[in-house]
Amino acid sequence: MNIIVRIKRYDPEQEKKPYWAEYSVEADPIDRLLDALNMIKWTMDGTLTYRRSCAHGVCGSDAMRVNGRNRLACKVLIRDVGSKVTIEPMLGYPVIKDLVVDMDQFFEKYKSVKPYLINHDNEPGTERLQSQEQRERYDEGTKCILCGACTGSCPSIWGNADWVGPASIVNAHRFIFDSRDQGAAERLQILGKRDGVWRCRTIFNCTDACPRGIPVTDLIEQVKRAIVYGGTDEA
Amino acid sequence: MYHKFDVVIVGAGGAGLMAAMQLPNASVAVLTKVYPTRSHTGAAQGGVAAALGNQEEDHWKWHMYDTVKGGDYLVDQPAAEILSREAIDAVYELEHRGLPFNRTQDGRIDQRRFGGHTRNFGEGPVRRSCYAADRTGHMILQTMYQSAIKNQVRFFNEFLVLDLLINEDRACAVVAMEIRSGEIHTFHAKSILFATGGYGRAWRVTSNAFACMGDGMSIAYRRGVPLQDMEMYQFHPTGIYKVGVLLSEAARGEGGKVLNGQSEYFMARYMPTLKDLAPRDIVSRCIVQEIKEGRGVDGKDYVYLDLRHLGAKVITEKLPDITDFARNYLGVEPITEPVPIQPTAHYAMGGIPTDVDARVVVDAQWTPLPGFYAAGEVACVSVHGANRLGTNSLVDLIVFGRRAGKHMAKFIAENDHAPLPSEPEAFAREQVERLYSSTGGEAAARVRNEMQSEMMEHVFVERTDKGLRHALDSIAGLQEAYRNVQMQDKGKRFNTELVEAIELGFLLDCAEATIHGALARTESRGAHYRLDYEKRDDANWLKHTLAYKGTKTHDVRLDYKDVVLIDDPVFKPKERKY
Repeated sequence: MNIIVRIKRYDPEQEKKPYWAEYSVEADPIDRLLDALNMIKWTMDGTLTYRRSCAHGVCGSDAMRVNGRNRLACKVLIRDVGSKVTIEPMLGYPVIKDLVVDMDQFFEKYKSVKPYLINHDNEPGTERLQSQEQRERYDEGTKCILCGACTGSCPSIWGNADWVGPASIVNAHRFIFDSRDQGAAERLQILGKRDGVWRCRTIFNCTDACPRGIPVTDLIEQVKRAIVYGGTDEA
Repeated sequence: MYHKFDVVIVGAGGAGLMAAMQLPNASVAVLTKVYPTRSHTGAAQGGVAAALGNQEEDHWKWHMYDTVKGGDYLVDQPAAEILSREAIDAVYELEHRGLPFNRTQDGRIDQRRFGGHTRNFGEGPVRRSCYAADRTGHMILQTMYQSAIKNQVRFFNEFLVLDLLINEDRACAVVAMEIRSGEIHTFHAKSILFATGGYGRAWRVTSNAFACMGDGMSIAYRRGVPLQDMEMYQFHPTGIYKVGVLLSEAARGEGGKVLNGQSEYFMARYMPTLKDLAPRDIVSRCIVQEIKEGRGVDGKDYVYLDLRHLGAKVITEKLPDITDFARNYLGVEPITEPVPIQPTAHYAMGGIPTDVDARVVVDAQWTPLPGFYAAGEVACVSVHGANRLGTNSLVDLIVFGRRAGKHMAKFIAENDHAPLPSEPEAFAREQVERLYSSTGGEAAARVRNEMQSEMMEHVFVERTDKGLRHALDSIAGLQEAYRNVQMQDKGKRFNTELVEAIELGFLLDCAEATIHGALARTESRGAHYRLDYEKRDDANWLKHTLAYKGTKTHDVRLDYKDVVLIDDPVFKPKERKY
């Protein structure tokens, strides 16, 4: 089938401001949107710039705004986007070129919530024990691929670039609720500050945007409750 | 720009990050052409093998035996011993770093079956694969990246390495391009680790990421380092039809079976003991055989992976990602429908030759190139021989990534920086400048497509002298055509057309070495199956191929190195049956 791919393009090195480019692409309905972008880059316009790597939704490189919603280009099929598809860089991030955005600040925020296991006990000779229920408690957050789709979809980020954002909270949740971790209090203190969880207005854009099906808003709410109740027991 | 570090690690996947963790007191730079969490380790699904014995009796020696036999005896046996022994401790290390493994009823790391892993030297399947749902590689990558943040490792993200500098017989620096600015940087170091992964993109149908372009192998090869056993390339039996995306062997570990167009679970006919859990080279060949004999689905070039009998609970809880892939890319519901699959280019058993401390060795006499290390898929230790067992790639990353880091810690304590050669950036700049100024009119995409078609046609599961010669001529022509590749994007800023063009050059080198090795090896062993030489030939071929880049563009010199065996009758090469 033939589709029109409309792409917001901008190369700050060469151009004063962004513009829209349109490409007519012959694609199979079950092709990925990423396949259409590749077709454009390889056969029509080599200057079109975007990130991609695994091409099947596990590396998180190709998050972009597709018909107004953040998606991974490798998980969206042509048959699902209509005969004319609009693609833009994600909002909330500085644009480097075309669909490539600057993720550095995103990763700095991620680091700020101490996204690593904190445990002061001596390591046992074998594994630490964890029951299946304890393991299940933080399962959702472990699926995160740090693509940034949730954070870039959040109106609170659009309004305040300093906000820690949903992806960081998801990854804090992953450790706060891990029975092996002893750093919950430190993280809850960080997330209780002004640019922590409370800037979340439960808009649910993040949940809609997550390509891994993580209930992002729900996890944020659990962290809010943990802060209010002073710990993870009642959250 | 000039940088000076004790250690430079190229690649931020499992091996690179594991190595970085062993160097707490050194100045370390990790260079990656993506962001660390985009590395292809993250796509690994099924698990990481270690004889923990959490579910049933198991021993590292059984794991070693399976690794040696699975590799069709091209494995260096002392390396396989290290792999199997140290896997246990390395898996505990991952757990201590926070990896969320699935758990048994009593809270230990859960383990499941995988192809070629057996109890008591081949008696039957054993539960050895430690796993986190079907995203074990993702969890290893996340956990190691998180550990790296904790240890304040310095990353250079989106830097494409272009050259390795060797001076006074030592590796002394890498030259890289910062993708965002196009600027060239020299990283001067006492020791350098390549952990850059594989080259699956040389084939059209592949499970590999776009990033898997053979960078490290080619860069070393251009500087005179040989590539070992490149003809040993694994085709995973269960790639999604046409797309190539992997459906983990964990699906068969949990009880899934391959099914032909006549509704027959055909593996029982070929391999009566292990059936669908036979090693990958064998299952891939059986699929190709079924298709050739007209038992593909509707006479076409695919068969099915059948999970229906596992039930919705097992499928949803233990195989959620691959189920999602089948739904998303094929519109098939694995709970109620069988999934169309075909073999997909998956893993390089070969690569940069190293010893068991990940030191790169450059000839048949095991002469090291001081300061240069390689680990993970880019390296050939060799623990995988002619065919890697499922889950052993992740074991390789953590065991030999760790050994690389530990050995580098020692090396940098005992050695100073070797001086840089004159004009260190000249070769890298020349590559870039040639692409910017080329007016040859050739499209990189055309060259890449032709290479991928040729590799699918002639350098796939089955090979012949005639086909390989055809591929050789074709790649030689494409190497010439590559010199005329012309770009449309002349900008410096985030020029991905330039990145892709440079990577294409890497891929062509890897393809070339693969074909030369395959043509010369007149036997069938593991993943290298020759229709014109169907038997394994230990008298002549129990040896590793070393391919050196010749002086001309598409000239390759081959040498050979003995396989290292140990004196134990259990590991004596014998016919491989399952």
